[in-house]
Amino acid sequence: MNAETALHRYLLQLGDNALILGHRLAEWCGHAPEMEIDMALTNMALDLTGQARALYQRLAELEGKGRTEDDIAYLRDAREFYNCLLVEQPNGDFAHTMARQFFFDAYNYALHKNLMQSSDEWLAGFATKALKEITYHLRFSSEWVLRLGDGTETSHEKMQQAIDDLWMWRHELNIPSEAETTLAGAGVIPDPETIKSETEQKVKEILTRATLDTPQDDWAQKGGKTGYHTEYLGYILAEMQFLQRAYPGLEW
Amino acid sequence: MQTHDLEKRFQEKIDAEIKIEPKDWMPDAYRKNLIRQISQHAHSEVVGMLPEGNWITRAPSLRRKLILMAKVQDEAGHGLYLYSAAETLGASRDDLVMDLLNGKAKYSSIFNYPTLTWADIGAIGWLVDGAAIMNQVMLTRTSYGPYARAMVRICKEESFHQRQGYEIMLTLAKGSPEQKAMAQDALDRWWWPSLMMFGPHDSESTHSEQSMKWKIKRKSNDELRQAFVDATVPQAELIGLKVPDPDLKWNEERGHYDFGEINWDEFWNVVKGHGPCNKQRLDTRRKAWEDGAWVREAAMAYAEKKAARRLQQSGEEAA
Repeated sequence: MNAETALHRYLLQLGDNALILGHRLAEWCGHAPEMEIDMALTNMALDLTGQARALYQRLAELEGKGRTEDDIAYLRDAREFYNCLLVEQPNGDFAHTMARQFFFDAYNYALHKNLMQSSDEWLAGFATKALKEITYHLRFSSEWVLRLGDGTETSHEKMQQAIDDLWMWRHELNIPSEAETTLAGAGVIPDPETIKSETEQKVKEILTRATLDTPQDDWAQKGGKTGYHTEYLGYILAEMQFLQRAYPGLEW
Repeated sequence: MQTHDLEKRFQEKIDAEIKIEPKDWMPDAYRKNLIRQISQHAHSEVVGMLPEGNWITRAPSLRRKLILMAKVQDEAGHGLYLYSAAETLGASRDDLVMDLLNGKAKYSSIFNYPTLTWADIGAIGWLVDGAAIMNQVMLTRTSYGPYARAMVRICKEESFHQRQGYEIMLTLAKGSPEQKAMAQDALDRWWWPSLMMFGPHDSESTHSEQSMKWKIKRKSNDELRQAFVDATVPQAELIGLKVPDPDLKWNEERGHYDFGEINWDEFWNVVKGHGPCNKQRLDTRRKAWEDGAWVREAAMAYAEKKAARRLQQSGEEAA
């Protein structure tokens, strides 16, 4: 994979993670356990969708094929999406949503903190801006893992269940794709091992403080980075892309 | 001081346009009336998140999706300010929410209609927020200080929402024939329910007279409805949509539009719970509340543990 193809693919990886997780979070809108949580979840969905938009715009500009951000979001099928499997997992109960968010944020924070040093000026600038948002996301999700883990007996059980259920999906974030290996080799993105060790450290720290057990099985479910998804993604896209597909080529 | 002296002084303040503040003396009925109105308003914001939230995951572009999320989030924020304003009158937010969930409190009936197509998101912004603004602009001058101040902030955001809604309608109206039909259909369905938002005719309205005297309200239901029709009809014409009222025509002499009679049977039916989505909306809010109970309990338990630990720590340090 050459550097140019790798960068294009990488922008999709990041953009698709943000778009799909933002979509899932937006599903909570109007249904959260309390109003303040409702607002926070929608706020994160807004941040993530905004990040996806910036990344797709950048890709459209670089590839110069006349595609728009919306073509990229709305006119690809599941096999051309490169988000990690974790972000497409269903919301489940609030503990599952927070476990998914925390795993993603721990990784995403480490990534963007280091990505600010990228030799690619655009990526470095993007990371600097996104890190402010991601810092807030990580604080929110860590605090909820702590509250639920160390709250009541019920919440502890539910949080532990969510950690156990989502554990196998989280490793993929830290397993580099071909694009990531290429870009890391060229110094465009940080060393995946650095990101991995910072992610692991954060996950361990919070789980311990939350009185939760760290699952021992490190078997990883993966495929998203190569376009091999869970069955959930097709439904997300069916819903998200409905208008663009039913009435092609129109302005909205 | 005798109660009737207090009442006299209270009314003098109202008449002199002095705002009533939380610690001021006020008649019980004024307090109750305000709690009822402000909490209904708060509930409307919260329930109102549902019909629009229904389209977030299907918004047709990333830009529209961001705008819609921000809008629904603003509504949650409005709900929170309004609950806080009600709390300044001695009500508790949890009690008010329970009144909503057990069907005791009302919210705006408009949200008991379904959002069937994307154009409904445009129509809600344009018509429903447009109608709400008529009422809310008046309420920025309401006699109770915290409510008036909450309204100033809310109005700014609402007028932004109204423009965004109108812009969706405009885009559809100048789009493909299917898009234009979608826009017209949405106007056909939302027009009359929007006029109903102003409530019964002045002659039928139970709370109106006293509310006007206390300057909680400053314009009557019919006056506000007329202002809305006058403002909205030209906007529809401008984008080539037809208001679904055969009796609608400009009355030169009155300087206003004449318009047809609202279907009051439908109005009262929906108020009494027989609208298309009454049950669905309340069930959704109840489910969110019940499903979230363990989360709220955990947050409390955690906060208590944390406080206890802090106390223990400072005790050990002192020893």
